[in-house]
Amino acid sequence: MPKIDRSSGLSWRKHTTKKELTIWLYWLIGLSIVTYAWNLISEKTIWFFVQDAGTQAIDIGSRMVPPKLSYMDKLWQPVWDTINIATIGTIIALIIAVPVAFAAAKNTTPHPLIRTIALFIIVSSRSVNSLIWALILVFICGPGIFAGTIAIGLRSIGFCAKLLYEAIEEIDHNQVEAIQATGASRAQQMLYGIVPQVLPTFAGVGVYRWDINIRESTILGLVGAGGIGLQLNGSINTLAWTQVSMILLVILGTVIISEWISAKVRHAII
Amino acid sequence: MLRIEDLNKKYPTGDEALKDVKLEVPKGQVMALIGPSGAGKSTLIRCVNRLVEPTKGKVFLGDLELTELSRWKLRQARRRMGMIFQEYALVERLTVMENVLSGRLGYVGFWRSWFRRFPGEDVREAYRLLDRVGLMEMADKRADELSGGQRQRVGICRALIQNPDLLLVDEPTASLDPKTSRQIMRLINELCDERSLAAIINIHDVLLAQMFSKRIVGLEQGSIVYDGPPEDLTPEVLTRIYGEENWEATIGKVEEENEEEDSTISKAAS
Ligand SMILES: Nc1ncnc2c1ncn2[C@@H]1O[C@H](COP(=O)(O)OP(=O)(O)OP(=O)(O)O)[C@@H](O)[C@H]1O
Ligand SMILES: [Mg+2]
Repeated sequence: MPKIDRSSGLSWRKHTTKKELTIWLYWLIGLSIVTYAWNLISEKTIWFFVQDAGTQAIDIGSRMVPPKLSYMDKLWQPVWDTINIATIGTIIALIIAVPVAFAAAKNTTPHPLIRTIALFIIVSSRSVNSLIWALILVFICGPGIFAGTIAIGLRSIGFCAKLLYEAIEEIDHNQVEAIQATGASRAQQMLYGIVPQVLPTFAGVGVYRWDINIRESTILGLVGAGGIGLQLNGSINTLAWTQVSMILLVILGTVIISEWISAKVRHAII
Repeated sequence: MLRIEDLNKKYPTGDEALKDVKLEVPKGQVMALIGPSGAGKSTLIRCVNRLVEPTKGKVFLGDLELTELSRWKLRQARRRMGMIFQEYALVERLTVMENVLSGRLGYVGFWRSWFRRFPGEDVREAYRLLDRVGLMEMADKRADELSGGQRQRVGICRALIQNPDLLLVDEPTASLDPKTSRQIMRLINELCDERSLAAIINIHDVLLAQMFSKRIVGLEQGSIVYDGPPEDLTPEVLTRIYGEENWEATIGKVEEENEEEDSTISKAAS
C-alpha cells in the first residue's frame, strides 16, 4: 500500500517498509540458493580439466579440418534413414494425433472421460524426450530404424494433438451450426464445418513437427535407434575427427534444407 | 405450416428468453419478427429447428411435432427448414459451390459428401440457384473472397437447395449496407413467393420489415406484444415493443415499395 508521510512534506514510496523488507529477504534467499548451487557444481567438477578446455577445443577443432569428404559415400544411407525416420514418424504421429485432438477438444469430445484420457495421452507423450523413448524402444524392439521411427512418432503425437485441439477449440462455431441446421450428421458437420477451418493448422503443424523431427532424428543413433547419429557416435568413439566434422556438415545441410522446405510449405498454406 | 404452442426457453444462466409464445405461420406467409436486442428473436427461431432446445412447449411443422423428435428424426426434419444467418455463416475456406451443396448434406451419405460426389440433380439445382441470385461466375471462388451481399446470397442458395417448406432467417441484413439490405430482402421475398415458402425473418430495421412483409410480430422480453399488419405499427405499438422514443421518423409509408428494380437480382427465374 502506498503511504503518505506528511511530516517531511509530500513524499511517495511504492512499498511500505514491511513490504520492502520482505523483498530484500527474497533477494537474500535467492542469492543464497545460487551460491549454494554454484558450490555444488564446483565440487563436482574437476577444475583441472576445465582449465585447459580452451586448448582442447582448439586442438580438436584443428584435427577436424579438413572434413573427410570421401566419407560422404558412407553417409548417404544414414542420411536417407534419418529423413525417413523423421518423415514416417511424423506421419504416424499425425494419424494418431487427429482422433486424439478431436477427443481432447471441448467442443468435439464425445465424453468428458474420453477427453481426460486424450489429455493424458498428450501430456505423457510430451513429457518424455524422444531420446528417452528411443532408449526404451531399443530395448523393446532392438536397435535400428524401426525403434527410431516409433520414438519420433510417440514424441510427436502430443505436440501435434495439442496444437490441433487448441485450433479445434478456437473455430468459428457459427459455421458448424449452419451445417448442423441443414440436417447434416455429426460426422458431416465435422467434415464440412470443422475440418476446413483447422486444415491449415493441421498442415502447418505437420511440416513444423517434421522439421523438428529431422533435427531430433539426427541424434537418435547415439542410443542405437538408427540414422546418422550412429555414424557420429562411432566416429567420436574412434577419434576420427575429420569424419565427425563431415557428419556435422551433412547434418547442418539437411537441417537447412528441411527448414527451407517447411518454411515454403507453411508460406503456401497461409 | 408452422405452429408454436406455449414455447418457453430458460437458459442455464437463468435468462428467461421466451415466455409462453404462441404463434402460427401459414404456408406461403413471410412474417417479420421485430423486437429489441435480447427480446428472444434468435432464441425463438433456433427453438424451431432445435439448435436451441426449448424448455417447454411444442413446435409443429405441418403435422410433425418437432419438439419430440429423436436425434435421427430431427435431422430429417431439419432438411425441411432452411436457415439464413446474420453473419452469413458460410464455411469460409470452402468454395461457393461447396457451400451451396452443403445444403444437401442431409440427403447424401458420408462418403459421398467426403468426396464431394453430389448427385447430378443437386449440382444442376445449385447452378440454377446461383444463376438465379446472379452469382453464376462465382461458383468456384472461395467464400471468403466474396463481399457481404454476395455471401448472403450464397447463404440463401444454401438454404433453398434444401428444398425447404420453411425459412428461418436471423437478421439477414444486419451486416449489410441499406441498398444491399433491400436487395437481399427483396430476393428472399421473391423466392418465398416463387416457392410458396413460409418464412420467419428476424429483423431490426422496422422500415424494411414494413416494406417486405404482410405480417409483423413484435417480441419484447420473450413475449409477443404485437401481431398484425405493417400499417398498424403506430408509435404507440413501437413504444410497446421497444420502449419510449420519438417514432415518427421510423414509420414508413408502406406503399413506397418497388421503386427501383435491381437488374441482376430481380430478373425472373429463367
Ligand atoms: N447461449 C445463451 N446462453 C445464455 N443466455 C442466452 C444465450 N443466448 C441468448 N441468451 C439470452 O437470452 C435472451 C434472448 O437472446 P436472443 O439472442 O434470443 O435475443 P435477440 O432478440 O435475438 O437479440 P438480438 O436482436 O440482439 O439478436 C437474452 O437475454 C440473452 O442474454
Ligand atoms: Mg439475435
